[in-house]
Formats: sequence, C-alpha cells, structure tokens
Amino acid sequence: MTANSNNPAPFRDSIRRRRLRDRGIEALLLAAGLVAVFATLAIVWILVAEALPFFDHVPLRDFLTDTMWTPLFAEPRYGIMPLVAGTLVTTFVALVVAIPAGTLIAIYLSEFATHRLREAVKPALEMLGAVPTVVYGYFALVMVTPFLQKLIPGLPGFNMLSAGLVIGIMIVPYVASVSEDAMRAVPNYMREGSYAMGATRFQTATRVVVPGALSGIAAAYILGISRAVGETMVVAVAAGLQPNLTWNPTESAATITAFIVQVSLGDLPHDSIGYQSIFAAGLVLLVITLVFNIAGFALTRRFREAY
Amino acid sequence: MAVVAEDPSLYAIRAGVLRRKLLDKAFVILGLLVLVAALAVLLALFLDLVVQGAPRLNWDFITSYASRKPEKAGILAAWVGTSLVMVVTACVAMPIGVAAAIYLEEYAPKNWFTAIIEINVTNLAGVPSIIYGLLALGLFVYKFNLGQSIAAAGLTLALLILPIVIVATREAVRAVPRSIREAAYALGATRWEVTAHHVLPYSMGGVLTGMIIGLSRAIGETAPIITIGALSFIAFLPSPPITGEFPFLSFAWLKDAFTAMPIQMFNWVSRPDPGFRINAAAAGAILLGMTLLMNGVAIWLRYRFRKKINW
Repeated sequence: MTANSNNPAPFRDSIRRRRLRDRGIEALLLAAGLVAVFATLAIVWILVAEALPFFDHVPLRDFLTDTMWTPLFAEPRYGIMPLVAGTLVTTFVALVVAIPAGTLIAIYLSEFATHRLREAVKPALEMLGAVPTVVYGYFALVMVTPFLQKLIPGLPGFNMLSAGLVIGIMIVPYVASVSEDAMRAVPNYMREGSYAMGATRFQTATRVVVPGALSGIAAAYILGISRAVGETMVVAVAAGLQPNLTWNPTESAATITAFIVQVSLGDLPHDSIGYQSIFAAGLVLLVITLVFNIAGFALTRRFREAY
Repeated sequence: MAVVAEDPSLYAIRAGVLRRKLLDKAFVILGLLVLVAALAVLLALFLDLVVQGAPRLNWDFITSYASRKPEKAGILAAWVGTSLVMVVTACVAMPIGVAAAIYLEEYAPKNWFTAIIEINVTNLAGVPSIIYGLLALGLFVYKFNLGQSIAAAGLTLALLILPIVIVATREAVRAVPRSIREAAYALGATRWEVTAHHVLPYSMGGVLTGMIIGLSRAIGETAPIITIGALSFIAFLPSPPITGEFPFLSFAWLKDAFTAMPIQMFNWVSRPDPGFRINAAAAGAILLGMTLLMNGVAIWLRYRFRKKINW
C-alpha cells in the first residue's frame, strides 16, 4: 500500500472541485445557448411594443386596406398595401431569375460536374453570396438600370425590375447550394436503378433525382423567397423610395424595407408616429418572413425523413 | 443478324437514344453557361468597381474624411468605424456563439427545451437583417441607452452573425470522432476537460472559418446600422483605445458616434453627382476586396484543416 491510497482526501477534493467547476461551466454554456432564445423574444417584444402605440393612432383596418402610404406627409395615410406590393413585385422578379438559374446550377453541380469542378465552383459561388448588399445596390443602379433602359425605352432611373433582377442574382448561390445539398442526399442506388434502365444523365436528373429531392428543393426556394422579401439595400438604392401601389415592375416603388431605411436616414424623434410606423412595417415584414421560414423548416424536416 | 438491322422499329429506337443523348449534351452546355454567367457577374462587378473607382483608389482616399467635394472626400472615418465595430462584434459573437454551440453539441439533453433553442437558432438565421436593426434601435439605442454608438452597432451585428458562428462551430465539433472523447473520459476527465482539452482544440479550424465568414457578412451589412442611426457624415475619429496615461486602455470609443464603410458607400451612391459615384465605386472596390479576401482566407483555412486532419 502506498502513501497515496492511505490518504485519498486530496483526490476527493480535486474531483469535487472539478465537478463543481464543470457544473458552473455548464450553466454558462446554457446561458449562451439561451441568448438565441432571448434574441427571438426580444425581437418580437420590441416590434410589438413599439408598434402598439402606432395602432392606437391607426385602426388595423385602415392599415390593411388603405391604398396610400404617406406617413411623413401633412395629411398622413397609413395603408401598408403599397409597401407590401412593392416587396412582392421585387421578390417575384428576383425569383424569376433565381429559381431557374439556381436549380440549373444545382442539377449541373450535383449530377453532371466532375468532383474537381464542383470543388472549384462551390467556393466561388459562396463568394458570390458574400458580396455586400450595398455593392449589389450599386450594381443595380449604375450597371443594370442603364442597360435595361436601352432595352425598354422610358424605364425610370429607379425601378423594381432592375432591383429585382439583381436580388435574383444575389440569391442564386443560396438557392443553388441548398437544392444541391438536397439532390446529393438522394441515395445513389436510385440513380443506378435509373441508369440500369438505360436512362441518360439528364433523364435521371429530371425524373429521379429532382422528384426525390423535391421537398428539399422547395425548401431552398422558400428560403430564397424569405431572403428576397427581407432584402434592403438593393431596393433602397435602385427601386426608389416612393410608395406606389402597382404590380408593374418597370415602375418605381418602395418596399417595406426601403421605407424603414428612408425613415431611419432622417432624424425622427423617439415618440413620433413616424418612428412607430417603422416598427409596424417591420412587424409586417417579420410575419411575412416567419411564414416562409416555418414552411421551409417543415419542408426540410420532411425531406430529411424521406430516406 | 442482318434481319435485325433491317427491322424498322430499331431505327426509331436508335433515333430516340440519339435524341436523348443530344438532350443530355445540350443540358451540360446550358448548365455550364448559367454557371459561367453567375460567376462572370462576380468578376464583372469587381472589375467595374475597380475601373470606375480607379481615379480615387489612392492613399489620400484612405486617409481623408468625408467631404462635400467628391474629389476631396475619403473613407478614413468609415474604415476606422468599421474596424472598431468588427472588434466589438468579434468579441461578443465568438464566445457566445462557440459556447452555445458547445452546449448544443456536447451538453444538451435531447428534450423539448433543447429543441426550442435549436429552433430559435435556425429561425434567427432567417430573420432579415433590417429586423435586427429595429431590435437594436428599440433595445440597445433607447432601452439600454447605448445611443447611436459603436457598442450598439457591434452588439447588433454580433446577434446577426450568431447563428452563422453557432452552425459552423457545431459542424466542426461534430466532426471530432467519439473515440477521442471516450479515450479522455476513460482517463477520468470531466466533461469540460474533454471539451476544453480535446474537442475544442481539434475543431478550432472550423470555428475560425465560421467566425471569419460571419465577420465577412457583418462587415458588409448596411441596413441594421442605418436603422440604428449611424451618421454618414463624420469628420472625426472615435476616441483612441490606447492612451498615454494609466491604465493605457480606454473604452470611451464604445460610446462614440461612428460611420462605416457600407454606409459611406450607400451615402455616395444615393447622390446624383457623378463625382460621388466614383467615390462609391472606390469604396465598393475596397469593401468587396475586404469581404472576398476574408472569404478566401476562410475557404483556404477550411481546405487546409480538412487536408491535415487524419483521425
């Protein structure tokens, strides 16, 4: 018997100390995890709390049905519809670009490209997605709009078409990468079965892989939509800041996000109705993106369980 | 044999095969075209910014304040502001993000409570950045009385990139094989000792990559900082973080007003004067150069760590 085992107290102390420290650290780590929960709660709380006084002034019915949004005029009107319309039009234009291009790139990378090409292209696509949005705004205003003006005479300098097209380019990497992940998750034996029946790669891709990954691809589209809806700088720079109830993308119109930026650029006092109106607008934006996010989340879950 | 070759239905089959093979080739070309087009946009964007901004891309531009005269204006206040905001963002997002990720991967029991945290992280990643700006305006600027300061902006961007850091760290931590943890447990290590001595050091590459990607996202974020009310015309620098007298470090800059690179660029883009457009292009070239460089470093790091690791 050595001296150590005759006197186990120091070991017990050390173990107790380490266990205690472990418990303290676990609490700290949990607190960090809870930051995410608190952030979500804080977002909802702040938006609702700051928007509530706004709805004291403006009945919800007017807010949802009035067709004018002029909160900074002498005779203010508070109908959210023009801003929602602007948001939906730019989003729609963006999707017309991003969905075909993103899906094509995803199919190509997942089913056709060699391993080396894929490894080289994915980081490049990642970089395309990392470009600051204000730079995309510059791109829309200074490069895309003059080009479109040559094709469409009479196109105003600020228009939703150019902003939407650029947002579309912006979310291509996003749509492509999420859909590619979904397609790569389709098990290889399904492809092999298709090849064994004499199908070409194109037939395999469009009739086996894409249907197999459909919910994942749909989730990619929906996440892309929620990106486009929340996009701010491109529309603030290139689509104009005038609320305008129109479904015509060649016109100039403000989106929900552009309105928030416009008000923030001015110096509104804390308790003015203009200040409260950006929180009401933000609340609408949050609800729209939340609906899309939940749908996307539900779809990804389904697709994970598919095989 | 000859009889089969003369069978007319065989020609139809051959024609069908040929047609499908052609379709296959056509799709390859289409796919490559779209891919090249997307990447060409990135190249065109960068080249255009550099070419347009070339007359202003010089030392004076980097060392001058904003000005009413476009040829005299520079980005000094903007890049200093951006750097300080990034310091705050990194100092807040890194520890919280890594800690949250470790909790979720190493500690959290599988129950509804953990599920709530996970759903919140996923959800936060999908919230538009301008909503973070509104949160910061209501919470940091007015409720916490931080004002329109570097601290408020840094905290906002830290929240914004938190999901990115958490997801990247979780992936890195998950890649550490179970056997390593079990070996450490077998020697009597506590859970924290296993995490701090083994899991974290081995996943540092992934953690760093996620952090850099998060910061490269934060550096270009404009909307949330505009919402807080960052000024776009500033002709002074925040108070210096290092002072001559004891204790040599000062945190007064945290409460200072600031401007940032993307705000400066937005301000110049929105002006009709073509001189400011040139400034916007120059600022954009520098901003884009910074983000691409950060992403490049992150991709390189990921590649290196992936190659080096042999479990």
